[in-house]
Amino acid sequence: MKFSGTDNYVATQDLMLAVNAAITLKRPLLVKGEPGTGKTMLAEEVAQSLGMPLLQWHVKSTTKAQQGLYEYDAVSRLRDSQMSDLDGGERVKNIENYIVKGVLWQAFTATEPVALLIDEIDKADIEFPNDLLRELDRMEFYCYETRELIKAQTRPLVFITSNNEKELPDAFLRRCFFHYIKFPEADTMRQIIDVHFPNLKKNLLAAALKTFYDVRGLPGLKKKPSTSELLDWLKLLVAEDIPLAALQTQDDKVAVPPLVGALLKNEQDVTLFEKLVFMQSRNR
Amino acid sequence: MLIDFFYTLRSAKLPVSVKEYLTLLEALQANVVGPNSDASSMDDFYHLSRMILVKDEKHFDKFDKAFGAYFKGVEMLTDFTADVPLEWLKKTLENELTPEQKAAIEKMGWDELMETLKKRLEEQKERHQGGNKWIGTGGTSPFGNGGYNPQGIRIGGKGGNKSAIKVWEQRAYQDYDDAVELGTRNIKVALRRLRRFAREGAEEEFDLDNTIRSTAANAGYLDIKMRPERHNHVKVLLLMDVGGTMDEHVARVEELFSAVKGEFKHLEFFYFHNCVYDFLWKNNRRRFAEKFDTWDVIRKYNKDHKLIFVGDATMSPYEILQPGGSVEYNNEEAGAEWLQRLTHAYPKFAWINPEPLGVWQYRQSISIIQQMVSNRMFPLTLKGLEDAMRMLSK
Repeated sequence: MKFSGTDNYVATQDLMLAVNAAITLKRPLLVKGEPGTGKTMLAEEVAQSLGMPLLQWHVKSTTKAQQGLYEYDAVSRLRDSQMSDLDGGERVKNIENYIVKGVLWQAFTATEPVALLIDEIDKADIEFPNDLLRELDRMEFYCYETRELIKAQTRPLVFITSNNEKELPDAFLRRCFFHYIKFPEADTMRQIIDVHFPNLKKNLLAAALKTFYDVRGLPGLKKKPSTSELLDWLKLLVAEDIPLAALQTQDDKVAVPPLVGALLKNEQDVTLFEKLVFMQSRNR
Repeated sequence: MLIDFFYTLRSAKLPVSVKEYLTLLEALQANVVGPNSDASSMDDFYHLSRMILVKDEKHFDKFDKAFGAYFKGVEMLTDFTADVPLEWLKKTLENELTPEQKAAIEKMGWDELMETLKKRLEEQKERHQGGNKWIGTGGTSPFGNGGYNPQGIRIGGKGGNKSAIKVWEQRAYQDYDDAVELGTRNIKVALRRLRRFAREGAEEEFDLDNTIRSTAANAGYLDIKMRPERHNHVKVLLLMDVGGTMDEHVARVEELFSAVKGEFKHLEFFYFHNCVYDFLWKNNRRRFAEKFDTWDVIRKYNKDHKLIFVGDATMSPYEILQPGGSVEYNNEEAGAEWLQRLTHAYPKFAWINPEPLGVWQYRQSISIIQQMVSNRMFPLTLKGLEDAMRMLSK
């Protein structure tokens, strides 16, 4: 099994190496990077290109590690026990009927190899990664209610993404491989755009890319536009059939590009940007 | 195999464990990189070892340096975490140059000059193997006697080699190191740390979901559960030193704290100059017109406020210790008195100092203040901020 990018995902050499090392050694791969650089996409694309089903676990601030393993639905059982004349109380007697399997349980008991995505692990509580140490290292856990050991038949390919909002504990990090997706350089970006917009005119692309990197290069932006924003913006430009001339200015100065709302996502940034453009045109 | 490499990384203060080292060997054995796989270049080995051994982008820069040093066949004997800052070097050179030489440099461009300087330094090193303390350059060079840091560290980045610059020599992750001062990128991370600080220490509230669950698990007998409230109660009183070289840093800190203002219950700013005396002010332009009596401030904000000073603590010792020592007016009581009064009024306090940690020991006033704030002075770096916040929330 080797991953080498897909038709709609451009992977750099070091990213491919990271994924392949994770596949070969069956270790979880922790992926970090600016928002919008394709961390979540990576898991989807790898799973697709290797023909594995992808199980996803999107972590929120309220998510507990236990929810990924299993949950014991005590409330249903209590209710059923009080109305035990339903089926003669057979269902209530067996606790297994009230165990709700989580994503990890599903991944471990799957008969074919699967990919598992734990998305935005940094959103959860600080203890969350610590509670998953053994599960990710040995790929097994114990279900206390039914007294059975759930062990992975084939180790799933685990992707973990983080946006760096919390620091992850060392013990957890030691068990993972780590890859930091850097913001793509202009060359890689061109490849990415080729994949998404094969019919985009060369000169329009060049003008759009220049504008994009100019905007990104502005000091003081709260949220710099990233790859996904660039792709959205290009989609809009193509859909609205914006002429090339609208992106270019005569004297190589930054102007407010059309549909700037797709690139800058908060009003402070837009105002700052307009102010800069205004000051520049005044200095002419 | 690669044991020296492992110890090189350890001595560069990278948190590498034996387990990770063994994993690297395992990966090599499994032919992830190597002559029998698709990935066989040095870059591939660099990427592989980095992804296995380093788990945070803030360590990437240290790793790049250590990797470069090891694979150049250099035993690392010195502390690689110290570095000669380029800015400092520029300044030192500027001081030593005559105007004509400066003009010549302008023509040459700083970058080129730095390259030449680096090359010169490398040559010097080769000639003076053994004596690794000082590098004296020849008389006619435009660099003068630019002796540099006696710790024996090469100036960051090598350059000047005939080959192209290698990946680890680009030092692309320099900004991500957590020991450098706050810049535009890591200010975001700092913000998150402050936010976390703001959220800690909440009170408890009734947890309905958990109560239902545990009551059910308890076979129907009531079992009440509580959980920490999500609000925050942190109140912050920020006193900042303005004037002169401090302004830029202070503006940064102010931005930082105002950005998380919504997260704090209260956040108050006041300014002072060099040391706190009878008066503080809120608006720097009208500092003489709109003054706030320090006594009033102490009375108005009660002692659950966390007091944070931001200042370089660099001044004449008289300004702290002598009545009338202030540079602005004749203060009746010494700055030290006021400092003591404030630190007594607010048991939770910290002093954030934007000056680099390295120079603290050479400034008398810094060590006086350090003593007065019972060693709760932290540098303005990510780590410093984090330590300060941890100390404050204890």
